[in-house]
Amino acid sequence: MTDTLAGHADPHLQSGEPLVEMRNVGKTYGAIRALKGINLTVRAGEVTCVLGDNGAGKSTLIKIISGLHPHNEGSVKVDGKEVSFSSPRESLDHGIATVYQDLAVVPLMEVWRNFFLGSELVSGRGPFGSLKVKDMKRIADEELRKMGVTVKDINQPIGTLSGGQRQCVAIARAVYFGARVLILDEPTAALGVKQSGVVLKYTAAARDAGLGVVFITHNPHHAYLVGNHFVILKLGQAVLDKKRSEVALDELTRQMAGGDELTELSHELQQS
Amino acid sequence: MSQTTQTPPAAPAETSNRVTLGWSNRLLARPEVGALVAAVVIFVFFLAVAPAFRSPGSLFTVLYQSSTIGIVAVAVGMLMIGGEFDLSAGVIVTTAGLVNAMFCYQLGINLWVGALLSLAFSLALGFLNGYLVVRTGIPSFLITLGTFFVLQGANLGVTKLVTGSVSTPNINQMAGYSSLDAVFASSFRVGTVTVEVTVLWWLLFVVLSAWILQRTKVGNWIYASGGNADSARAVGVPVRKVKIGLFMTVAFLGWFVGMHTLYKFDTLQAGNGIGNEFLYIIAAVVGGTLLTGGFGNALGVAIGAFIFGMTSLGIVYAGWDPNWFRAFLGVMLLLAVMVNLYVKKLSTARKVG
Repeated sequence: MTDTLAGHADPHLQSGEPLVEMRNVGKTYGAIRALKGINLTVRAGEVTCVLGDNGAGKSTLIKIISGLHPHNEGSVKVDGKEVSFSSPRESLDHGIATVYQDLAVVPLMEVWRNFFLGSELVSGRGPFGSLKVKDMKRIADEELRKMGVTVKDINQPIGTLSGGQRQCVAIARAVYFGARVLILDEPTAALGVKQSGVVLKYTAAARDAGLGVVFITHNPHHAYLVGNHFVILKLGQAVLDKKRSEVALDELTRQMAGGDELTELSHELQQS
Repeated sequence: MSQTTQTPPAAPAETSNRVTLGWSNRLLARPEVGALVAAVVIFVFFLAVAPAFRSPGSLFTVLYQSSTIGIVAVAVGMLMIGGEFDLSAGVIVTTAGLVNAMFCYQLGINLWVGALLSLAFSLALGFLNGYLVVRTGIPSFLITLGTFFVLQGANLGVTKLVTGSVSTPNINQMAGYSSLDAVFASSFRVGTVTVEVTVLWWLLFVVLSAWILQRTKVGNWIYASGGNADSARAVGVPVRKVKIGLFMTVAFLGWFVGMHTLYKFDTLQAGNGIGNEFLYIIAAVVGGTLLTGGFGNALGVAIGAFIFGMTSLGIVYAGWDPNWFRAFLGVMLLLAVMVNLYVKKLSTARKVG
């Protein structure tokens, strides 16, 4: 599976170079503040883990990088240039691919059409160029097999696959098209132990191929297996921002479980 | 539907557990199958009860009747696959014809100028429909219901202001008439039958639509925009542009049929076209297009329009009261919706094995 990643990764990536830099980034939806003062750097060849409870702002953070919602405070730089993506297309064109929590698949469309959706292979120019159907089917099938997923029929609607299989299609697609940065939004949340293992191997392989990986999860154990850098969000702000060498799994787990609040809670409970 | 033709992998050692789905599964996953069966049944039925239906000449009359609905239905079907509705499609046809006829007659200029002006005007209407829908997020049903009423009123109001009556003056003596008539409303004889040129145009548009939907990336984007717009946008599909383009396609083919109606009859009634928007939608739905978007194809929509043509004329050929036609169409629609639901369930059910 590493061959896919190595094959599609941008060969000019220098390990450690900052690909995405967020400085003091904030986002408000009307009167609701979703994010405030976020500093995050995604470096080539590193996995940046973003942890947090539900509603902590994890999804908002990745929506800014993947172009679904523009930020409205601070600055986001990609490859050193200031950007404000107004559509996911722009983000994809910078080599940033995302596996969304809801997977972003169209249930009634065939597996191979979903795989290539938005990045179709065509012969001829213009919007009405002919699709290379055979190539697309072959590639989609090959890429899925590399992930250990064999669909019965590459022509079946993706809605007929199981949740785990759909997840794998979404990841395989992002790996295939994400040349520089790979964003995974809770990729292991819906998976069993074995498939989670496959996803984590992929994450590590993407890192080793030189990609910058953003791994969003609320499972500190999964994060610690692959992460180089950890950020914990709480109510839209970063409460922990440390390198792997500065933090132990215990601390991550404690922070995720509630941290100081948990200690306080235990005092309260003991008193009553 | 049985799965007897499926061959489950015999040995677990086999590297692939790929199975070939039985033909029944594959067939039922196609949107147009229900419509095809219905079309054959209706065809045989009218062959049996209406002797006048049996001549090749009446087949081409049926095809002509189908084409007048079928051409716009091609675009309406694509729009519905893209997840939107257009209730203004019926009156846009009349608007297009009226703009051409009155503009040229009042100014005494070549009809081609008016035809092109009318094209630009229709495309602008389609753009407006699409822009309002994607910009406001209001359901297209409401937006186009609004434009439907505006156009319906404006068609009558403006025509009365300009000509003093509710029909346009005869244009068949004006410059450019003969060439426009040849393009939009001519007919030719093959052996004993008369073939209207719109039948050929209809076939061309169906083939183009089928090609676009199945074999181009725009087609992929149309299915995705209708199937799950948020997902489509997230993977980089320009959903808004696709939808605006689809509304403009409806307006374009509406213009086309408007030109046909004008040059066929040389004069237009300003109140025409009302109610046709439902015929287009019925043709699309009977042809297997899902009302919620994301499913359907061009062939199905064409068969839907053909069913419309057969029934509307078959009832006349059989010598029955034509007033029953709409009742029949209603029954067809109900049956089609139920068949669609059933087929969709079958084709998207988890295939175990």
